[in-house]
Amino acid sequence: MLSRFLSLFIVAGLAIAMAAGADLGEGTKAEELNVPAIVMFFLFVSGTLGITYWASKRTKSAKDFYTAGGGITGTQNGTAIAGDYMSAASFLGITGMVYLKGYDGLIFSIGFLVGWPVILFMISEQLRNLGKYTFADVTAYRLKQKQVRILAALGSIAVVILYLIAQMVGAGKLIEILFGLDYEIAVVLVGALMIAYVAFGGMLATTWVQIIKAVLLLVGTTFMSIMVMSEVGFSFDVLFTKATEIHSKGIEIMSPGGLVSDPISAISLGIALMFGTAGLPHILMRFFTVADAKEARKSVFVATGLIGYFYVLTFIMGFGAIVLVLGDPTGQYLAADGVTLKGMNNMAAVWLAHAVGGDYFLGFISAVAFATILAVVSGLTLAGASAISHDLYANAFATGKVDEKKEMNVSKMATVGIGIAAIFFGIAFEEQNIAFVVALAFTIAASANFPVLFMSIFWKKLTTRGAVIGGYIGLVSALVLVILGPVVWTSILGNAEPIVPYKFPAVFSVPLAFIAIWFFSVTDKSDDAKRCIEEFDAQDIRCQTGIGADGAVDH
Amino acid sequence: MTKEQVLEIKNNPNYQKLVNTRSKFAWTLTVVILVVYYAFILLIAFSPETLGAKISPDAMMTVGIPVGIAIIVFSFALTGIYVRRANNEFDGLLNNLKNDVEKGMK
Repeated sequence: MLSRFLSLFIVAGLAIAMAAGADLGEGTKAEELNVPAIVMFFLFVSGTLGITYWASKRTKSAKDFYTAGGGITGTQNGTAIAGDYMSAASFLGITGMVYLKGYDGLIFSIGFLVGWPVILFMISEQLRNLGKYTFADVTAYRLKQKQVRILAALGSIAVVILYLIAQMVGAGKLIEILFGLDYEIAVVLVGALMIAYVAFGGMLATTWVQIIKAVLLLVGTTFMSIMVMSEVGFSFDVLFTKATEIHSKGIEIMSPGGLVSDPISAISLGIALMFGTAGLPHILMRFFTVADAKEARKSVFVATGLIGYFYVLTFIMGFGAIVLVLGDPTGQYLAADGVTLKGMNNMAAVWLAHAVGGDYFLGFISAVAFATILAVVSGLTLAGASAISHDLYANAFATGKVDEKKEMNVSKMATVGIGIAAIFFGIAFEEQNIAFVVALAFTIAASANFPVLFMSIFWKKLTTRGAVIGGYIGLVSALVLVILGPVVWTSILGNAEPIVPYKFPAVFSVPLAFIAIWFFSVTDKSDDAKRCIEEFDAQDIRCQTGIGADGAVDH
Repeated sequence: MTKEQVLEIKNNPNYQKLVNTRSKFAWTLTVVILVVYYAFILLIAFSPETLGAKISPDAMMTVGIPVGIAIIVFSFALTGIYVRRANNEFDGLLNNLKNDVEKGMK
């Protein structure tokens, strides 16, 4: 079946290349067919499809499919986690933000990074010791399976779909500019490839695609940063001086600007970024791919180091883009208005690649950017499919009546379903502002997934009722507050004043979820509540020690 | 796990030592990173000019840049400190405990 898919893909690829070639005469310079990029992209795709083929031979059981058999090492997993986190939104978005606003870009990077130590100290080993395939294994450990699984699955699917929309729209736009392909073709191509990686290769293929891409991205961005620094004689003062001379905001780019204007917004952003990370299902799932808690903790150490290093590079690249792209004497990277960049301001990193390395390096970075999107959407799709097959199908609705084979088949069908939904949404949302989608995904992860997960690990008196009501309150309040906030209420619905003035309402919705979990647990006097509390000690021992944990490598 | 086993492990001195020292350590480090991060965020919110000040009169570098980079490096260092102590100390306690448990089962 896979070989049939491969040949189909090659035919489709040729057709696309020819279609793109036909556009060559009409396109402007930026949209010209980018031959080096397409060659590198095909190399990447054939390599990763080869890996998928190899992985498909090794993916036999549900454990293989969901967690690569638990045989990923800590270093490999840390690199894959870093890969999940260094999405196109980070690479292009943060470099673009530094390019546009200077110092403010660094504030975002720091917010994204500081969640990681907290995950290490509070979540990663606990998760590994208690869970099997999804984080709902942990939240449903001693609570009533059905209700808690449904809540966790809804939270996971919501985050996955929102994140997928953001990635798909970004991918379509990027490919349109870089490869000269139509937006719809680009979205379908991404969707088809991610279905192939996940459905055939499961977690093993998804992890290796992510690792390869992370390494390519780190090599590429390191090269760009070195080239930028060599341009300014390896002096940050020269880099900053030149940048302030060229940038229209001048000296303002060196200090915090309007991005985080009031204390409540600042703290709310911090909460959403910090605790949102600890509630992202595709990240949490990676902790089940390693053998034990020791490897889980090593993963976070490696991931934090790589992500931190990458963020320092985005800062250098953003300033480098001001000097070398905006300051390019020929103005070749600017749109007709002479102010904005060709494509969009998120293209700063891509044009910087051309400025420091010419056409071939531009091709390399374009292919890496595309690979980044592919790898991230694959991880997301797998997380969404697991929520459907493992949480909803196997454990919430068909308890005890499912064999592994059936569960895996459901997971593969769910993968195809999510892939098609992502293609559909990607096309439907083409013209939408996707910033709110990411804000919403992080806010839901922080408000619905994280509080229940955290309390189920640490709080003895948590009951099913408390977890379920608190989780839904977090989910709904996150949704409502984002809709009433500036991004949806004002920008999208066109109202004058937002009812809630904060883009990230996590400062309200996260405490609300915690309070609701507490209140509906302590007032719960049912027999089930007594049972949940009694079973905490056994859970805690496994959580603390890993004794009895599902786990060690079995091949 | 039976109720007797749960009780036995809970009363094991190795278990108590492991849980107490590790929880205390993990919470301390969590509080440290939260304090550092929110101090930074509050500085941005209430006194952005502190971070925007030049590090010396003739330099272009502002205070905020080394501070920001330092927070990134500090986050990574904290994860390193935790992993080191966990590998050297906590895993040893855990192995002792596991030996005790195995003996108890025989």
